[in-house]
Amino acid sequence: MGRFLARRTGESLFTIWGVVTTVFFITRVLGDPATLFVPVGATDAQIAALNHSFGLDLPLWRQYLHYLAHVVRGDFGRSFVFGRPAIDVVMERLPATALLAATAMALGCVLGCTSGAIAAMRKGSLGELVIMTVALLGQATPVFWLGLMLILWFAVDLHWLPAGGYGRPANLVLPAVTLAVFVAAAIARLTRSSILDILREDHVRTARAKGLYPATVFFWHIARNALVPVTTMVGLLGGELLGGSVVTETVFGWPGMGRLTVQAIESLDFPVIQAAVFVAATLVVLINLAVDLLYQALDPRIRAQ
Amino acid sequence: MTRFCSTLLHSRAGLAGFVLLAVFVAGAALAPWLHLPDPTAIGLRTRLSPPDWIGFHPLGTDPLGRDVLSRLAFGGRTTLAVALTAVVLGAVLGTAIGIIAGFLGGGIDRVLMRVVDIQLAFPLMMLALLVVAVLGPSIGNVIVVLAVTSWNRYARIIRAQVLSLREREFVLSARAIGASSPWIMVHHILPNVATPALVVATLELARIIVMIAALSFLGLGVQPPDPDWGQMLAEGRLYISSAWWVVTFPGLAIVLTVLGVNLFGDWLRDYLDPKTRSNR
Repeated sequence: MGRFLARRTGESLFTIWGVVTTVFFITRVLGDPATLFVPVGATDAQIAALNHSFGLDLPLWRQYLHYLAHVVRGDFGRSFVFGRPAIDVVMERLPATALLAATAMALGCVLGCTSGAIAAMRKGSLGELVIMTVALLGQATPVFWLGLMLILWFAVDLHWLPAGGYGRPANLVLPAVTLAVFVAAAIARLTRSSILDILREDHVRTARAKGLYPATVFFWHIARNALVPVTTMVGLLGGELLGGSVVTETVFGWPGMGRLTVQAIESLDFPVIQAAVFVAATLVVLINLAVDLLYQALDPRIRAQ
Repeated sequence: MTRFCSTLLHSRAGLAGFVLLAVFVAGAALAPWLHLPDPTAIGLRTRLSPPDWIGFHPLGTDPLGRDVLSRLAFGGRTTLAVALTAVVLGAVLGTAIGIIAGFLGGGIDRVLMRVVDIQLAFPLMMLALLVVAVLGPSIGNVIVVLAVTSWNRYARIIRAQVLSLREREFVLSARAIGASSPWIMVHHILPNVATPALVVATLELARIIVMIAALSFLGLGVQPPDPDWGQMLAEGRLYISSAWWVVTFPGLAIVLTVLGVNLFGDWLRDYLDPKTRSNR
């Protein structure tokens, strides 16, 4: 366990280094940093000072080391718009995104697992058809359009819920549901197919044959096994969820990292964009690390390997 | 081809997907010959006219008085053309890398698979936003970004296939008669991984259509006045409380196209690979 944890942590750090390097490559080599990192309307003297403080007057490999040294300290430079360290600006928005993503993920998992399990256990019923049709539609619906439609129905027509804003529980409902639908659709389809695979296995037949309660068979012999692929999916969806939150936050005016990133791109606030990409990638890596650890708890076979 | 058609006709879901896809592809491809109003013609007197099923604007007009149906058809042209180009580019890149990594193995394989891992940790939307922000929004940049976010899915699946193909008799005998590695990869491995690549490509097409719409919605994809589904949604957003049709129809177009691709893709996977037919 200790060795596994050490190896996975090492891999995670390597991955984060890869992301940081990619960001460096994209902004310094593909783009023209001399214009990207200078606020609009700066004087020549300011440009020279900024270029010097970013180390842009150095050869590329020294620039890279300079950049890495700053990233390790969490220093992405100052935001052009807010005039404060970019990483602080991003971290202030993190709780709002975490709240939205966690609510959506929890809601999506509960909804997806339940409906997927119903669809599998009642295969061939009308319920299965309805659940699978809704799941297919849910997977085909772009997050931002679903958000707009929910605003149209529940805020504009029915006046039940606010169309945007932040701070009260009612503000959370529409954005969280918007994001949860897409999570639930993916999880429902996977849960159904993985339960159907497990139902055919010998240990399930044995458990039934020895007269266990159907509920015991379901929770101990079926659900626990079906959760293994579903857990992988949750890890993969973590990244998609962060991407989806970019548009969802924009649609609902949710003051999270996603909306901040879009605003930063509109105002060409590169320090903030870099810090946001770094924080988002780190989150995805951490989610996947957590998923790997969860596997071990769920499946003793993986622990043995 | 006859077997393809008869199997497709017997699958309700596959057929539905094919028909949906055919309708949108045909509508987009034939848009210039359908006698639609000019999608960019502004008519301030007819701004935001509601849908009139038998009139001149069957799906209504947008905030600038442009015909929504016509913009949908011409927008579909942009969206689908960009999506298909990106999918082909991603598929070629990913398949080539998958074959090289799987066939040659060793250090190249390890390096390439680490790159795949790194990209998996990169929230794709963030990567796309970053690149488009640095390079500037244009159709060409969007295509490249989407292809770059897509190649790793092919590479992983095809590498796994190649690992098992590599040890098969026909590859070993090709090697025994002195065929070079590049020759074997092109003539013996490539034809055998074309099917999985095609299956991944249909799934990717659905994902990429949504990504294009999202980028355009955020103002980083297709630029006005060229119509595009995501951009139509962004423009209609401000009028959501007074003109429902402006945001509803472009979204429906995306949902139905993606649904068509998914249904057809699921069917195609079962058709091409009967092993997975079990319970999907």
